[in-house]
Amino acid sequence: MAQMTMIQAITDAMRLELARDPKVLVFGEDVGVNGGVFRATAGLQEQFGEQRVFDTPLAESGIGGLAVGLAVQGFRPVAEIQFFGFVFEAFDAVASQAARLRYRSGGRYHAPIVFRSPFGGGVKTPELHADSLEGLFAQTPGLKVVIPSNPYDAKGLLISAIRDDDPVIFLEHMKLYRSFRQEVPEGDYTVPLGKAAVVRPGKDVTVITYGAMVQTSLKAADKVAESRGAQVEVIDLRTVSPIDIETVVESVKKTNRAVVVQEAQRKAGVAAEVAAQINERAILHLEAPVIRVTSPDTVYPFAAIEDQWLPTVGRVVKAIEDVLDF
Amino acid sequence: MGVLLDERTPYEPVRILAEDGTVVNPELMPDLSDEQMRELMRRMVFTRVWDQRAIALNRQGRLGFYAPVAGQEASMLASHYALSKDDFLLPSYRDIPQLVFHGLPLYQAFLYSRGHIHGGQIPEDVSALMPQIIIAAHCTQLAGVALGIKLRGEHRVAIAYFGDGATSQGDFYEGMNFAGVFKVPAIFFSQNNRYAISVPVSKQTAAKTLVQKSVAAGISGVQVDGMDPLAVYRVTKEAADRARAGDGPVMIESLTYRYGPHTMAGDDPTRYRTNEELGEWERQDPLIRFRAFLQGKGLWSEKEEEAAIEEAKQTIADALKKADEYMSKQTVGDLIDAMYAELPPELKEQKALFAAGEGR
Repeated sequence: MAQMTMIQAITDAMRLELARDPKVLVFGEDVGVNGGVFRATAGLQEQFGEQRVFDTPLAESGIGGLAVGLAVQGFRPVAEIQFFGFVFEAFDAVASQAARLRYRSGGRYHAPIVFRSPFGGGVKTPELHADSLEGLFAQTPGLKVVIPSNPYDAKGLLISAIRDDDPVIFLEHMKLYRSFRQEVPEGDYTVPLGKAAVVRPGKDVTVITYGAMVQTSLKAADKVAESRGAQVEVIDLRTVSPIDIETVVESVKKTNRAVVVQEAQRKAGVAAEVAAQINERAILHLEAPVIRVTSPDTVYPFAAIEDQWLPTVGRVVKAIEDVLDF
Repeated sequence: MGVLLDERTPYEPVRILAEDGTVVNPELMPDLSDEQMRELMRRMVFTRVWDQRAIALNRQGRLGFYAPVAGQEASMLASHYALSKDDFLLPSYRDIPQLVFHGLPLYQAFLYSRGHIHGGQIPEDVSALMPQIIIAAHCTQLAGVALGIKLRGEHRVAIAYFGDGATSQGDFYEGMNFAGVFKVPAIFFSQNNRYAISVPVSKQTAAKTLVQKSVAAGISGVQVDGMDPLAVYRVTKEAADRARAGDGPVMIESLTYRYGPHTMAGDDPTRYRTNEELGEWERQDPLIRFRAFLQGKGLWSEKEEEAAIEEAKQTIADALKKADEYMSKQTVGDLIDAMYAELPPELKEQKALFAAGEGR
């Protein structure tokens, strides 16, 4: 076992898969010699050579199309979109091409591609670097969308994503890259896609969340335990498409109360999907409406005000108290 | 003698046959046997008959989405004829003839037109992607397919077919630029049929030619008279040989024209182009030109023409019959099954609901 940050765990996952499967290729802007702007691919080109780990020209749509073409030729591309806000440049390649390849060809072709990308707020980026766009991709049939909240999961999920035979959007929250270390096995292991984790057991209320909001929600759960002795169960979705609704519903049937926390803006996102599904599957178990804690429906804010805009521990505490007191 | 950009100015189309079928550039004559030339003519006749039939079937409601091809037979079929069975095709929605001559059974082409899942199930022994709808999206995919070929150490070429409008898309340039950087065996084949639906090339770009856009990407390029099958064959063959030899990608601009509407979904070409212009291009009909050339050499007769037409009609009738048999064989469950290698729980649930007639 080694103590690793999330970025180290991500590099480790790619290193292991590059070594294991000659069909795995890693490419994107600055991923080669430079090892990525966040150092996610540090040392990989040195170790595996320019044919396996390479820089591309500065063109996200080109990167997306390149990945689709390589997939058709039997490779497993791991393509980096340098910041997820740039994904709109590649939206056609991802949503219209990669996501539909299996369907359009009636199974003749498939796209075992991982699109890795840093995203997420709270690190004072310039515009268009921090947006949480997972809802757009969760609504795109044919994709899987994965968002790890810690180093151990990041490595196991990325290995699973690379081995998956369908396209996976793998989103890495920038704030989590180096914020804490965790025991991570050095060898190869997987964390299954589409499976949530109960990261804090409780019996009074369920908080469903993912990404950096797992930390925020855990802090809120501690505060509520301290202030009124309520036991909050926290679920980390880990994959936001498909959602492990079974784990969520099982918890809600036990606690009878739910709060869904996401960093993204409020409208039409993952939190809305979770709330709708709880409503369809567990309405008679609910003692209170399912409440969402999200960012407001504005453009991602300028850096100077982002900490007020993003969901805070206080806002999550308030939501938990509201459903407890409903 | 080479015909690619390095050796000549890109602003003059390569031409071998004049409109009346006489040879104007004998030194460029490709190395084709008499039988190969006859086969190419047969394919062009087949495709013209198929096109007329498809238009009629569409009007009767017996075919779905269809983009007419008349006028582009030399551009499509002579370029494809210069490729090998192993070469990889990335067609657009109008490039169904190349797909069929590459091995896609005709009945599947009809199923594609009707929106049946089996239409896209390219047989295992056919190296091709399904027709691309998004203009120029396959130009970036071409770079990827060709890079895959290169990484696997195979001696194959990948070719993408697209129109004039596609050259305005960022993906077209991104694809060429990537292909140039990675020096991959790719051919970017632009069929400049003068109109992107209704918008003429003059409103598409201020560039004198489309092929000059390859200069910016640092790759080779050539413009060709797309109504001259021998010239189209000649430039494509040279581009394929060059790419196969590891000398990098080539862009070809083929000057052609579509006689019919953009698609059969209500496009009326009389709204945006004149009858005079159409007449001018009809005088350049690639079938008339090639027929005159072949007849001059004693390689083609009325009898052969009739036989080709009959064969086409019969093949089309058989394919249509086979397509009809498939039409009922498609359920929502099939679509759900085609989404992922392993169905996520939510889709298993939705599949069961539809199977029970309770889809909601």
